[in-house]
Amino acid sequence: MNDFAQSLQTALALITSGDPALVRTVALSLTVSGTACLFAAGFGLACGAWLAVARFPGHRAVVLLLNTLLALPSVVVGLTVYLLLSRSGPLGSWGILFTPTAMVIAQTMLVFPVVAALARQLVGDSLRDGGDQLRSMGAGPLTCALLMLVHDRWAVVTLLLAAFGRAISEVGAVMIVGGNIAGVTRVMTTAIALETSKGDLPLAMALGLVLLAVVAVINLLIGFVQRGQGSALAGVR
Amino acid sequence: MALGEFRSAQHEGTSVSHGHAPGTPLLRVRDASVRFGGVRSLRGVTLQVNRGDFIALVGANGSGKTTLLRLLHGLLAFEGERQLLDAQALQVMVFQRPFMLRLSVWHNVLLALWLARAARMDRAERSARAMQALERVGLGPLRQRPARALSGGEQQRLALARAWAVQPQVMFLDEPTANLDPSAKKEIETLLEGFRADGLTLVMSTHNLGQAKRLATRVVYLDRGELRVDLPTAQFFADHVDGRADLFLKGELSWNLE
Repeated sequence: MNDFAQSLQTALALITSGDPALVRTVALSLTVSGTACLFAAGFGLACGAWLAVARFPGHRAVVLLLNTLLALPSVVVGLTVYLLLSRSGPLGSWGILFTPTAMVIAQTMLVFPVVAALARQLVGDSLRDGGDQLRSMGAGPLTCALLMLVHDRWAVVTLLLAAFGRAISEVGAVMIVGGNIAGVTRVMTTAIALETSKGDLPLAMALGLVLLAVVAVINLLIGFVQRGQGSALAGVR
Repeated sequence: MALGEFRSAQHEGTSVSHGHAPGTPLLRVRDASVRFGGVRSLRGVTLQVNRGDFIALVGANGSGKTTLLRLLHGLLAFEGERQLLDAQALQVMVFQRPFMLRLSVWHNVLLALWLARAARMDRAERSARAMQALERVGLGPLRQRPARALSGGEQQRLALARAWAVQPQVMFLDEPTANLDPSAKKEIETLLEGFRADGLTLVMSTHNLGQAKRLATRVVYLDRGELRVDLPTAQFFADHVDGRADLFLKGELSWNLE
């Protein structure tokens, strides 16, 4: 209990002092996870929408694989990217191992199945409601699916928040491909892991609370925007 | 036959050009059957829609009215033949529960125009047409409101505006006044009468026999997936044309009656 109170105090002190190392770590966490989510959103939403309308031999197997990848361990992603980017790997010549770019690649791979699988489900459900009507107006299958992403845009935002949460809270992949180099590839989760291994549990916990606070602020901002839309849609059935 | 195959067949080979005079054939299905799994929803239906017709499809629940509408519109795979006799004729369908995208009234109409004639209308033309359509159904002042915030009757009027805006030759309507209060029903009926007066061809399913009598020029009676009667409205309601149709008109058609 004392440790927890101490952690809270340390977290508050870290936030109010504006510690430059902390700010840098938070900024890198947000940049890496935010960029990964942007890439995953671009590819994942398009892929999910397409899978919701496409029919081809093996479609069920692809959907099953995608849903299975929801449980993809971050360490496995980290190892895969490490093997690809290490000097002896096929992409070793890029020389980007232990850089934020490698971390973005790893997190994009981690988050892509989340975005694609949930988008496929979301679009599929909406198409059952209104797909025929959109087709009757002249929309092709892919156009119908993309329109449903617009129709369900707030659910898509929630989906992307979940993806961002998965990215910013994972430690395995960024630790392996980033190396936790202070000031270069150290992000919140790898810093927490480091402090835990050093035995500074209150500081580790404090960093965890700071991470939660950052994500909470992002959620709040999106919530305000959604509520603004909600009041404009008062009475919507 | 897969739906995709059917749609491409419709666009590639089965359209023939005919005149635009009222009474000329516009759409024809011949010996058409539809199955949903093991259930046969329509059996050997033959029907011709002529330009200027206002056809009311009547029949008990499950008789195949909606299936026939969807078949006529080209939304269903089927066995048999379907011919669109005017390659240029644009068809639209208004569903019983119109699906509105979570956009404004205005954007829902604009989107319908964009989907129907994206290549043929410029932006100014689309805006003018959308405004005209909304004014026609009395929703002009509500154009900035979210479409899903409208009442049931207003949503149905918006669906009509969305359909009418694209300047179709044929409009299919699936029980457009179901679940509406009497005044909303009247508003929709008035709009449909106006569309017919403009020369639009309408095919509507309905359970409301009074509505069929008021609006339609022809009545088609369906029974358990079969087309049993296709007559001018006055004759349908005046003559004893078919045993089961007579029972249906009297409200005495029982589900187990042979």
